[in-house]
Amino acid sequence: MKNKSLVSINDYSKEEQLAILELAANFEKNPTQKILEDYVIATLFFEPSTRTRLSFESAVSRLGGKIIGFSDASSTSVKKGESLKDTIKTVCNYSDLIVMRHPREGSARFASEVASVPIINAGDGANQHPTQTLLDMYTIKQTQGRLDNLNIAFVGDLKYGRTVHSLVMALCNFNCTFHLVSPFELKLPSSVKIHIKEKNLEYYQYTTMDEILPKVDILYMTRIQKERFSDPIEYEKIKNSYILSNDMLNNTKDNLKILHPLPRVNEIDEDVDDNSKAYYFQQALNGVYVRQALITKILGIK
Amino acid sequence: METKEFKVSAIENGTVIDHIPAKNVFQVIKILNLENYDNQILFGTNLESKKYVTKGIIKVSNKFFKTDEINKIALVAPRATLIIIKDYKVVEKSSVQIPDEVIKIVKCFNPNCITNHEKVETKFTVTSKEELKLRCHYCEKITDKKNMTFV
Repeated sequence: MKNKSLVSINDYSKEEQLAILELAANFEKNPTQKILEDYVIATLFFEPSTRTRLSFESAVSRLGGKIIGFSDASSTSVKKGESLKDTIKTVCNYSDLIVMRHPREGSARFASEVASVPIINAGDGANQHPTQTLLDMYTIKQTQGRLDNLNIAFVGDLKYGRTVHSLVMALCNFNCTFHLVSPFELKLPSSVKIHIKEKNLEYYQYTTMDEILPKVDILYMTRIQKERFSDPIEYEKIKNSYILSNDMLNNTKDNLKILHPLPRVNEIDEDVDDNSKAYYFQQALNGVYVRQALITKILGIK
Repeated sequence: METKEFKVSAIENGTVIDHIPAKNVFQVIKILNLENYDNQILFGTNLESKKYVTKGIIKVSNKFFKTDEINKIALVAPRATLIIIKDYKVVEKSSVQIPDEVIKIVKCFNPNCITNHEKVETKFTVTSKEELKLRCHYCEKITDKKNMTFV
């Protein structure tokens, strides 16, 4: 895995993904270790982000590494019209690894082809967000003790949600059953479903979540954005069907955990937060350990 | 002896690309970079065709294409026939095949793809040859036949 960029979740084999999760468990036990003292990590955020940028920076800081970069491209030469290629080539001179988020799809793949240091994709438009996938996988394994043979529900915007796409693709290696709950207009795209079909896995599509709640081990909630609807009346009609409240969790399995990539708006009622099945904040914390594991693997540090 | 009249004159040695859709002849010329070729090139379009009503044809002197090179045109001329000519005689006939990878020719359909904003050569994996679906190497979105435009 040394020097191997992570742009799309499928860039890493199942074995490589599992090796990262295993190492992440070590960092969970011991997150502060001075093993990155000789390294400079660049975090280039051409687009704003709270959790992803801060968890990367926290991951590096806890390991003693130095961080350079920006959280807003408007204060850089990008504003003067510098190409992405030139920005990346320049930053390669100053750092050992680049973490980048960019609003254009494919930007991270392109950067990985022009860069002399490895690239970690922290989100390229609506395309991929592989470190979120790794932390989602870590959280599922942590709460269920395994990744195989689980019943997983994805709820909300399955069309545009990049975290859903990457996680579905990754879980196709683990014989999971997929329950896909979304409004008709926001169904999982066929380009993602094809991965499920290729592995001959079971998947079911629904427009409401009631009937799947008692069946599933993981409930992965996502936000539905009003602006995704061509007709605002359609949004008003369906918006309440995708809100999870505490009373809906009565007949669910004991091992059920509710995940959400965050930020949440109103799709999970705040009264769910105190239920032991709510796990989204711990999920966000796991992002630090998984990113520590990924960075040290890529830099080849034991 | 029966004489055959050519709308486009015969060449002594080289390649004839026949059965190109009439409206795509110039596209084929561009894809094969024939604009910069120094030898004789003869072409005709909107010619009568028994098989396809109308067709285009290109005759390139002293040029024998490599397989990869010629397969690029399969996207715009899937039913094209290649005819190798030596001494005015047909020595080989074959048809084009859609390649596994498409580089530089097609534009990515996704307006937010990096290839539409930076100087990046487009690159696709062909995921379906029957329906002609191309998966972008960069943004991973599918460009299909009805959305296909050329660089």
